[in-house]
Amino acid sequence: MKNLLVLGAGSAGTMVVNKLRKKLPKDTWGITVIDQDSEHIYQPGLLLMPFGTYKPEQLVKKRQSFIPKGVDFIQATVDKIDPLINKVYLQDGREVGYDYLVIASGTTPRPEQTPGMNDPALWYKSVFDFFTMAGSLALRDALKDFNGGRLVVHISEMPIKCPVAPLEFTFLADAYFTKRGIRDKVEIVYVTPLEGAFTKPVCSKHLGWMLDERKITLEPDFVIEHIDAQTKTMVSMDEREIPFDLLVTIPVNMGADFIARSGMGDELNYVPTDKHNFLSDKYPNIFVLGDASNIPASKAGSVAHFAIDLFSENFVNYVNDRPMEHSFDGHANCFIESGNGKGLLIDFNYTVEPLTGRFPIPVIGPLPLLKESRLNHIGKLAFRWIYWHILLKGRYLPIPALMSMAGKDLVIKSEKEKAHANN
Amino acid sequence: MPTIEIASKPVTVNDEGFMTVYDEWSEEIATVLAAQVEIELTPRHWEVIHFLREDFKKEGESSTSRHTQTVGGFPIKEQFELFPKKPAKKMSYIAGLPKPKGCV
Repeated sequence: MKNLLVLGAGSAGTMVVNKLRKKLPKDTWGITVIDQDSEHIYQPGLLLMPFGTYKPEQLVKKRQSFIPKGVDFIQATVDKIDPLINKVYLQDGREVGYDYLVIASGTTPRPEQTPGMNDPALWYKSVFDFFTMAGSLALRDALKDFNGGRLVVHISEMPIKCPVAPLEFTFLADAYFTKRGIRDKVEIVYVTPLEGAFTKPVCSKHLGWMLDERKITLEPDFVIEHIDAQTKTMVSMDEREIPFDLLVTIPVNMGADFIARSGMGDELNYVPTDKHNFLSDKYPNIFVLGDASNIPASKAGSVAHFAIDLFSENFVNYVNDRPMEHSFDGHANCFIESGNGKGLLIDFNYTVEPLTGRFPIPVIGPLPLLKESRLNHIGKLAFRWIYWHILLKGRYLPIPALMSMAGKDLVIKSEKEKAHANN
Repeated sequence: MPTIEIASKPVTVNDEGFMTVYDEWSEEIATVLAAQVEIELTPRHWEVIHFLREDFKKEGESSTSRHTQTVGGFPIKEQFELFPKKPAKKMSYIAGLPKPKGCV
C-alpha cells in the first residue's frame, strides 16, 4: 500500500485529492489530506463582500464536504515536515508518514511584517486587508460608515494572492461611492511597489486610461517601510509619505510557517519548485501546487486549476516510472471587476502577456479579452457556482489547461514588426 | 528583438531596453547602462550587481528586493540609496537581467 499525503485542503489540495482518487487504485493507494481548520472559503468572494455583493454564509462551506470517499481528512496543524524520512509531525503529537507528499498550503497575508500596520489603534479601525473573512467583514462595515476623505488602496510587496484584486477593489470603490452620491468627497489613491498599475505593455496601452477616467491618483514605486499610527501615514523606504483616512492594504503575503520550520522555503516561505512539472527542486517525492510554490505564475485559483489538470496525469505516470508528459506553461485566466456591473477578462501565461481578442468558452460563449463588458462581470458571478460544483470536485470544465492563441489579436505585435521593418 | 550597440558591441535588448541575452553582458556595458540611468558605479554597487548576476544563474529569475536583502545581505533601504527611486528595475537593467515581473 502506498500513501499520498496532501498538506492543505484549499482550492489546490481539494482539486488534487478529487482528481487523484479517481486515478489511483483504491486497493494499492491510500490518500490523506490535512488542514488546520474545516472552513473552505471561496476567496474571490472576499473582494466583493465589502460592497455587499455576498453574505459570509455564501462564501463558506465545510472542507470535508468536498473531500471524496476514500480520502482521509485530518484536522490538525502541521508542526513540520522531515523530508529525509518522509514523515510529517503534527502539533498534537501525531506523526503521519508518506510515500509521496503534495504541499498545497497556500499563502496568507502577514500584516505584522510591516511595522505599524497591525497597530491596535489602526488595525480593523482605519487599516484593513480583505483576503481574510475578518478583514473583509470589518471593511464592509467601515465602508458603510465612510462619508468622505482619503481612501488609499495599497500593495505592500509582490507576490500577492490574486495580483489584480487590489486594482479591482479600487474600481469597485469608485463605483460604490459614485452610487452613494459621495464620490466627489472621496479621494482615491492607488499605491503600488511596481512601476505602474499595469506593467505589461498591451495592458498598459489598453487599460492605462481606466485610472485617469475614474480620477484615481497613482503612486508607483512605493515600497513601504512603516506606518505611523499617530499621523495615519505610510512611509516608504525612500522616505515618501502618503497619509490616509482609510487604508485598504494587501499586506506582505507568505507561505505557511511550517515550511520555514522544516527549512524548506525561500525568504517568503515558498517552496522552490520546478515551474513546468511542480516537483520540489530538492526532493523527488515531493510536489508543490497552488500558492505554496515559488513558480513565477500568478497566485490564483485559475493557475492552480490548470496546473492540477496537468499534474494529475503526470503524477500517475511518475509513480509508475514513466516520464511526465505534460509541461505547464503558467496559464492564468482572470476576470477583473471594473465596477458598475462590468468586467474584463485576461488570459496569459509565463511568456505571452495578456492580449486583446475573444476568449472562447464553450456554452458561455466568446468573451471579449482586455475590454470592459457586462458579459465578463456575469462570468465572474457565475464562477462561484462553477467553483463549488465543478472545479473543487475535479469535474471536467471545458477550458484547456495550456493557453491557446485562438481568438487572440496579434495586431499589436504586427504593428511593431511593421515599425521595425520601416526602420 | 532589436540589437543596439553599447561600448562598441552588439547587444540584444527588448522594447524597454532591458538586455535579453545573459552572456552579452560585461562590466563595460554595465557602466554605460548605469550612466543611462544617471548612476556612477561604486564598489558597493558592483557587489550588488555581481550578487544579482550570480543569483540569476542559480534561480533563473531576477532577484526581488527582499531576496536581495535576505540572501544577498543588501538592506532594501540601501538598495534605494544606491539605485534611487526604482531600485528593483534599475538593478536588473544594469545587471543585464529581465525586469522583475508584475501581473497585468
